[in-house]
Amino acid sequence: MEDMLFYDRLQFAFTITFHYIFPQLTMGLSLLIVYFKGTYLRNKIEKYNDAAKFFMKIFAINFTMGVVTGIPMEFQFGTNWAKFSELTGGIIGQTLAMEGMFSFFLESSFLALFIFGEKLMGQKLHFVTGFLVFLGSWASGWFILATNAWMQHPVGYEILDNGKFVLQNFSALFSNPWLLPAFLHNQLASVVTSSFVMASIGAFYILRNKQPEYGKLFLKTGVIFGLISSILVAFPTGDWNAKNVAKYQPASFAAMEGIFETEETGAEIVLIGQPNMVEKKLDNKIAVPNILSFLTYQEWHKQIPGMDQFKKEELPDNIPALYYSYHIMVGLGTIFIGVMALALFFLWRKKLYTLKPLLWTIMFLVPFPYIANITGWYTAELGRQPYLVYGLLKTSEGISPTVSSGNTLFTLLGFVALYMLLGLLFLVLVGKTIHQGPKPQTH
Amino acid sequence: MELFWYIIIGVVLTVFFVLDGYDFGTGIIHLFFAKKEKDKEVLTKAAGLFWDSNEVWLVVAGGMLFMAFPTFYASVFSGFYLPLIIVLWLIIFRAIGLEFRSQFKFQMWKDIWDTSFGVSSLLLALFFGIALGNIVRGVNLGGVENGVSVYEGHYFFLPLWDSSFSPLSETPGVIDWFTLIIGLIAVVTLAIHGANWVILKTNSSINSTLKSIIFKLNIVLTALTLFSLIVWQIVNPTSLDNFINKPYLVVFPIIYLTGLFGLFFIKKIKKDSHAFVLSTLLIVGGITSSLASLFPVILPSVNTINEPLTIYNTAASEYGLSVALTWGIIGFILLFVYMIIQKRLMGGKIDKMDYGH
Repeated sequence: MEDMLFYDRLQFAFTITFHYIFPQLTMGLSLLIVYFKGTYLRNKIEKYNDAAKFFMKIFAINFTMGVVTGIPMEFQFGTNWAKFSELTGGIIGQTLAMEGMFSFFLESSFLALFIFGEKLMGQKLHFVTGFLVFLGSWASGWFILATNAWMQHPVGYEILDNGKFVLQNFSALFSNPWLLPAFLHNQLASVVTSSFVMASIGAFYILRNKQPEYGKLFLKTGVIFGLISSILVAFPTGDWNAKNVAKYQPASFAAMEGIFETEETGAEIVLIGQPNMVEKKLDNKIAVPNILSFLTYQEWHKQIPGMDQFKKEELPDNIPALYYSYHIMVGLGTIFIGVMALALFFLWRKKLYTLKPLLWTIMFLVPFPYIANITGWYTAELGRQPYLVYGLLKTSEGISPTVSSGNTLFTLLGFVALYMLLGLLFLVLVGKTIHQGPKPQTH
Repeated sequence: MELFWYIIIGVVLTVFFVLDGYDFGTGIIHLFFAKKEKDKEVLTKAAGLFWDSNEVWLVVAGGMLFMAFPTFYASVFSGFYLPLIIVLWLIIFRAIGLEFRSQFKFQMWKDIWDTSFGVSSLLLALFFGIALGNIVRGVNLGGVENGVSVYEGHYFFLPLWDSSFSPLSETPGVIDWFTLIIGLIAVVTLAIHGANWVILKTNSSINSTLKSIIFKLNIVLTALTLFSLIVWQIVNPTSLDNFINKPYLVVFPIIYLTGLFGLFFIKKIKKDSHAFVLSTLLIVGGITSSLASLFPVILPSVNTINEPLTIYNTAASEYGLSVALTWGIIGFILLFVYMIIQKRLMGGKIDKMDYGH
């Protein structure tokens, strides 16, 4: 049974991590495409239209990947987490079904029209289809976050004698205090990813001196959107989420911040350190006193409960992984603001396009927003442990009662192999699109 | 309210099989009958332009099943664990085939992805048919061994096959001779449907041969249908009761038979869209007849210890179902609008459309 739980979690973690490489780009990118297309409608400079169409190609590749890796996600609730599905399907099934109904149909119908229909529709309608793709992809984020918010902070339910969760109040699913901050944080983080991707492609074109006029446009747009979104991800939305964790999941808060012992006179903020689970302390710690209390409660001496205040079974089951995920996310987020602020400064001084070290840095920074997004999700998901539905349903109680660990290991290995192939093909395809560049091809 | 959602999900699933069915069928036709490069290319396009918006219907059906009948969703998805995951892999292989084929110009690359697209389309059609066969035949609910349930009464786990390979075994597997026949029926039906789609949407050079292929396949289908009707009675002896008690349900088999009968005149049919409608009737009639014969059961039990799963003992709460009906109606209206817009802009033959550049 222990094995089974482990393989189920590993399979879900692996498939969702791989899946989330794609939507985090498409959600943010759709916003930038709408920006390009809208700008083109106003100023009629062809470059902007080419940019919108070029990024829609990259969007389409990512969308396809998102669809084929997304179908397994929805099915895995039933295949590997049958008990969880049976008990909570009446609630989270609502938001998941709404995602299909209100966002996938919108996104897929109008994506095809955007790609194939420019000549048929004229420019204004073409912009509208682009906008609808954006709306569909953000709606998708909204419904998934609503699902996750319910698992993090369950609302609007009643539990029957047989353990089933029954929906009591539909609108509570969307007024859940966990939802809005998480949604905004997540969407802005996806804007960070897409801005960094755009800036990186721009830097690449400038450095290779290939279609540099597009390179400059991409870099400039990427840097501006990148800086704004990096700041907004940290403050106010990141801050807002951290306060929610402190309020609704205090045990997770202590674990992710690495507070082993409660300090009477206010909690310090840990910058660096490795959790030592044997001695229950942080090794090689660098911390600033009282800052965490101030950031969380705006009071320097507010006491924040450490892990010593909670029973072992209330604490997340993998504290180091949670702690590292959180600190990697925060650390990278800080670096993003720094690099993009620097880039914007040189852009303003008109030196960015010739400043090679910074261009190289921006080009190679591209994997890191992906890492920050994914570690952000690990923070949320590891922080919720040992529960599936916080405080109410344990993860170990949610797995399929009839599937054996041998079967799950088999399918896990299959997914690993298949996704390796998929990832390779994805890189080839995106690489090829970037290599061709946005310049209109003459057939 | 359960009945409402049963009908809605039934409709969504049927639409999925009609829509994605034609691109599975296109894959099967592609695998066996497309020989020239130009035809291969245009057939890939006839599926490639549409598959992803068609598969959204599967996602929606899955989501609705989860919401409205969570116990059924949990039981069936975990019980058919292996075949379901294999179906997911095949869906991925098919999609990669369609999306990657045109990315490079050399022949070997195209051959690889053509095969990937064709073979996974064929296997998916077979698996979906087998799935329907399993639903009709029923499963060993509760995993009964020697008269005792191993799991809770609404859970089960099916191996891919049982050594007896028989639907009458006490512990039947996913694949047995009965489900295999239904699988074959699905393959032939979707091949006909796909051929009609190719004729409708393209100017490929095999269009004229496809008509005689449809005619031959239809003879095979008729034979298979007759044979399956006989064995159906052995596997599920109560399958006619619903039609006797509620004679109006006979409309569903009639839909199927209309399609089957009409397709014998394929060579005389002037409008390609009429032929496509006939193969659509086959799919609609086939699925709805099977569901109607079981109603209100959605998964029969092969043992007498555990009750079959019905729409009533697996549904979510009344409140949840009625709230969902409200947003469901809004959603369907929106969907209808998208489809009209899309139809108006993407109708007609697709040979000239730009794809994969």
